[in-house]
Amino acid sequence: MNTALAPTLMPTATTVGNPAINIGIFALFVVVTLAIVIRVSRNNNTAAEYYAGGRAFTGRQNGIAIAGDYLSAASFLGIAGAIAVNGYDGFLYSIGFLVAWLVALLLVAELLRNVGKYTMADVLSFRLRQRPVRIAAAISTLAVSFFYLLAQMAGAGGLVALLLGIEGDLGQRLVIVVVGIIMLFYVIFGGMKGTTWVQIIKAVLLIIGAVVMTVWVLAKFGFNISTLLGDAAAAAPAAADGTARDLLAPGLQYKNPVDFISLALALVLGTAGLPHVLMRFYTVPTSREARRSVEWAIWLIGAFYLLTLVLGFGAAELVGAKAIKAAPGGANSAAPLLAFELGGEILLGVISAVAFATILAVVAGLTITASASLSHDVYNTLVKKGNATPEEEVKVARISALVLGAVAIVGGIFALGQNIAFLVALAFAVAASANLPTILYSLFWKRFNTRGALWSIYGGLISAITLIVFSPVVSGKPIDAVTGKSPSMLQGVDFHWFPLDNPGIISIPLGFVLGYIGTLTSREYNAAKYAEMEVRSLTGYGAEGASQH
Amino acid sequence: MSKEALETEDPNIALQNSDDFIELRRKFRKFVFPMTGAFLAWYFLYVLLAVLAHDFMGTRVIGNITWGLILGLLQFVTTFTITIVYVRWAGREFDPRAEALAQKMGALK
Repeated sequence: MNTALAPTLMPTATTVGNPAINIGIFALFVVVTLAIVIRVSRNNNTAAEYYAGGRAFTGRQNGIAIAGDYLSAASFLGIAGAIAVNGYDGFLYSIGFLVAWLVALLLVAELLRNVGKYTMADVLSFRLRQRPVRIAAAISTLAVSFFYLLAQMAGAGGLVALLLGIEGDLGQRLVIVVVGIIMLFYVIFGGMKGTTWVQIIKAVLLIIGAVVMTVWVLAKFGFNISTLLGDAAAAAPAAADGTARDLLAPGLQYKNPVDFISLALALVLGTAGLPHVLMRFYTVPTSREARRSVEWAIWLIGAFYLLTLVLGFGAAELVGAKAIKAAPGGANSAAPLLAFELGGEILLGVISAVAFATILAVVAGLTITASASLSHDVYNTLVKKGNATPEEEVKVARISALVLGAVAIVGGIFALGQNIAFLVALAFAVAASANLPTILYSLFWKRFNTRGALWSIYGGLISAITLIVFSPVVSGKPIDAVTGKSPSMLQGVDFHWFPLDNPGIISIPLGFVLGYIGTLTSREYNAAKYAEMEVRSLTGYGAEGASQH
Repeated sequence: MSKEALETEDPNIALQNSDDFIELRRKFRKFVFPMTGAFLAWYFLYVLLAVLAHDFMGTRVIGNITWGLILGLLQFVTTFTITIVYVRWAGREFDPRAEALAQKMGALK
């Protein structure tokens, strides 16, 4: 398509709305949450307080916090944008993200809560050899968290680009730095308790914001979904070759069926292997509360995705795919642009503040998870041979958080402009390949042993990352006529040989198969530990309880 | 000490081999495994339709509501339903048995 023919109402790379209002509302959120974090985190020096919020949250509170953790920038900005630009295929994304919770509900949440203490590695290494399994689990925790962090930081950058009208500029990087520093304050001072409250507040604001916008959109279409869909489909621009694009039918984003099946596998199996989701189950006192957490999370997340369906199609009609694609931040700006269209500067400011809050809360959750793993799994096991005091562990966790915060800031600057739903899909693929097989085997398979765990974790992790590096995501996608850039991460080079965007269809089965073969080739078996783990996982006897005050 | 003697000494192994525990595990697995298989099969059936049957999924059924939308929304319905059914089942069938076994272990100590 010739960009010179684009309609004049297409926004240029200037500010949408009033930056002062946007920043003011966001600053208000930061001040309120910081006050709350300081209030709730008075006694945060024991490990159980810092890592697990004293295990004193109720199932409902934790469920809301899980929703706050899970409904990341990818869900809000990414899915709404994907629906606005590619219609039905964006909706497909959200279904995978929701159905995935059933794996967590039925197979993982309760058993994991009973067996573990602070990290995913606690469960994986329970009846296996501690050192090698903990290190492997920590490495894969860090890898998953890193991809996820990149996605969130890229989202922050895109949002700033839209709100302040700056792209790839010093100002945009500065905002990523500010986001990183605020997040670090939450994590280092607030620990898991502070982080959880930030996530709860953010989840409530996000859902209220989405409800308000949804009702507003529906009102514009006489509360008739069919009218909304019809108008959105009619507003969709034709493809570059002139053929019509039907927003209501699948196939606009995923041309290759195998690629989408691969993505679907990663989405549905990834959630129950995400370390920052798993760690949330330790913040409740019992496995029953862990079950209630997932129940609440499913209701909230499901309801939210139904709202994004309306928001996405609403943006397709009211804002238009062309304007969205041309805006700084690209598809990720669909939701904020829709807010501006509906309620002007004020609603844009509110929704943008909510989106920022989302990024902050999710980044905080990821950072505390990765720092807990570095301290509890790596430092305590490798450096202290398992003899670190809780105070030492918490201190190291705080230092780790600082380092991870710096990594997140630098990574975020590099990840600017990437599609965030897409980066998150990669995190899911790594989680499903490296973590889920070992989690399921260790909970359900008597024979499972250390070699199986190591083969599965490293095999899944290495294959997933290798396939991503040599996929079209990183290099070699043809140049998009509209933006003049290749959608790949790297421009001007092409070293891809793996044909799919998502590695799941190869790396997930590989993780399972390697775990199986590795197990069969080793004789290791610890009957007493297995009995202890199975009894604890199912009955809850011996599980870590809430801390007493 | 013989292997059998060791196993009877360890309360976890003793419980693991008890009829009540085997029954608990069997009940749990009998519920969650088929349910997992069922929702995964239904989800991948939907995914296959979405990637292979574009025209069918794009067919308007009522107004602009397509088969794709209806089947997608049904995925939400089944997810919510399975959640409700599992939580009820667990409260009624699983929790009392698990609780009784945990108390039995606690009494041994």
